[in-house]
Amino acid sequence: MTAPFDIAHAGSANKGSDAPATPRNVPNRGGAPNPSAADLKAKFGTAIRRVDVVWGETNVYVAPEAALDIIRWLHDDASQQYDYLVDVTAVEYRDLEQPIEVVWHLRSLPYRRFLRVKAQLTKNRPLEIPSVWSIYKSADWLERECFDMFGITFVGHPDLRRILMWEQYREGFPLRKDFPLRGRFSRAEQLRQALAANPEARYSMEELTIADAFEDLPTDMRQRLRGGERTGE
Amino acid sequence: MATQKRTVDVALSTTGVDAQGRPQRVPLVTADDGSPVAVEAPPMVEPDLAGEHMLINIGPQHPATHGVLRLVLELDGETVVRCIPHVGYLHCGFEKLGEYRQYNQILPLTDREDYLNSMGNNVGHVMTAERLFGIEITERCKVLRVIACELSRIASHLVWLGTTCIDIGAFTPFLWAFQQREYIYDLIELWVGARLTPTITRVGGLAADIPDGWMDNLRNFIAKFPNTVEEIDRMLTKNGIWVGRTVGLGILTPEEAVNYGLSGPMLRASGVAYDVRKDFPYYDYETYDFDVPVGTNGDVYDRYLVRMEELRQSVRIVEQAIKRLPDGPINVDDPRVILPNKSKATSEMESMIHHFKLVMEGPRPPLGEAYVAMESPKGEKGYYMVSDGTSKPVRWRIRPPSFVNLSAIPKMVEGHLLSDVIAINASIDIVMGEIDR
Repeated sequence: MTAPFDIAHAGSANKGSDAPATPRNVPNRGGAPNPSAADLKAKFGTAIRRVDVVWGETNVYVAPEAALDIIRWLHDDASQQYDYLVDVTAVEYRDLEQPIEVVWHLRSLPYRRFLRVKAQLTKNRPLEIPSVWSIYKSADWLERECFDMFGITFVGHPDLRRILMWEQYREGFPLRKDFPLRGRFSRAEQLRQALAANPEARYSMEELTIADAFEDLPTDMRQRLRGGERTGE
Repeated sequence: MATQKRTVDVALSTTGVDAQGRPQRVPLVTADDGSPVAVEAPPMVEPDLAGEHMLINIGPQHPATHGVLRLVLELDGETVVRCIPHVGYLHCGFEKLGEYRQYNQILPLTDREDYLNSMGNNVGHVMTAERLFGIEITERCKVLRVIACELSRIASHLVWLGTTCIDIGAFTPFLWAFQQREYIYDLIELWVGARLTPTITRVGGLAADIPDGWMDNLRNFIAKFPNTVEEIDRMLTKNGIWVGRTVGLGILTPEEAVNYGLSGPMLRASGVAYDVRKDFPYYDYETYDFDVPVGTNGDVYDRYLVRMEELRQSVRIVEQAIKRLPDGPINVDDPRVILPNKSKATSEMESMIHHFKLVMEGPRPPLGEAYVAMESPKGEKGYYMVSDGTSKPVRWRIRPPSFVNLSAIPKMVEGHLLSDVIAINASIDIVMGEIDR
């Protein structure tokens, strides 16, 4: 039997001089920016607010409303091909005056490039940003997590629910700086809520529409669900 | 007394035939004196189940979900129509906790997120922290960290192999795999004293240098370990049951795999040759001679083959690392992060102040941010840190490969049988500690 798969030598040092190497002595500021940054500036003009290079990685600050178009162009354009969304997350600074940043880490597998796209959201307005789910399916859970932890609404996400915290969680958004480390509620209140929760009610509305599951619920829960409650509490 | 052969007549009360024409049988009921009593057969009416879907809940307390994963499945007969995964049962708030800790104090958290790859996580965390400090670690430290990463990868893949075998119904490879894993943990125990959560690195170096004779133990292990891989390979790769339970399940095309953000063996089994060690190398991985196995079909069987080959390649890397391990210090000579030695700290004023400041305030990186990825056994694991110049990060983010890999599970299981859900879920190699963090 022949080997049922290829052993690839991708990027191996044996394969010529274009192989990537471990970065050394990376400067704090400056250095060669990712070539995509200049392309973005030429293409989108003022929607690209700022470009800087920190520790060898290029940060591109974009206007929040243009973020979707910019990322779609980065994904679709043949000269960019950022086909891999590594991460979607947000940063809130300790200085509460500073805006919250939504951060996309993008990789171009064909060109072996890494780009960090950032959009700043001021806090005096609702935290909303377009979802990139329509471009990358990997954004599904990453955006849900970001919503869960920071309360940023990703407009256009098909199923923006909490993911790590449970749906009945009422204490707010844990990774925000105004959220205390021990939680907003007292231990006694947290315990009371945990004990009062109905473990049978841990199904989302979407699941309850499946088949006869709805009919199997206790009567009181069915009534409350008909009344518009998302899940039992 | 010789036992007499005897025949017992069993009277079956047969009252007719059912809808399929089979004789209907009801249990024999005897009266007090032992005589059979005829009972009425219950009416046998086959319910019409066509089009009726069933809701099945697997987990969070289920041994085959590899932790506290919960899957809500909609079934049509035995076929999965829809799968809704629920995670978060193990959420510990590590990312929040990290914002309240100094860079070295975060290390125990990294042990506990992906607890099968704790040494790899330690390395990944300090790699990002060192980028943030602008530190170049010593050559010896680099090679030791590569050894730690690869041992960690072997241990993690062995757990994956063992538990997947259990899920699919093979018990023996589980024992073989876990025995080898014990040897790795013995090695780690010799090195730093802990087994599962070793906290092996520090910013700028390592917790400890390897003890005398440790390399011989490692060479011993590396010499014997491939036998186990070959044994398991002989046991499973051409095994009809194994092949039958894994081939053609959970197929993802290369385009889908990239779009779903999969990484590690999951992505490579789908035919995308992306390995962080090759494409964005760290610790001179580009100078090690090793191959990246890439599958063609993207099914559970290919993921198994890829991981088996990675075990062999990791052995190759460790062998090369043993050969090139240089002498020298393990910690950088950088007073910003490394404590002065004890005798100096108790005898010299400057060293004492320095020691005090480092312990009480912690090292302070300059303003900046860094994302450094590494190839963990599960895939691309990255740490993203933002520093505002204080000794604690503003944001400490883990890019969890199993979290992103798991998000493709609805895509993979829909249309397959319920029993295949277990095999597909096992093939993702999830660790809930990392998914929920």
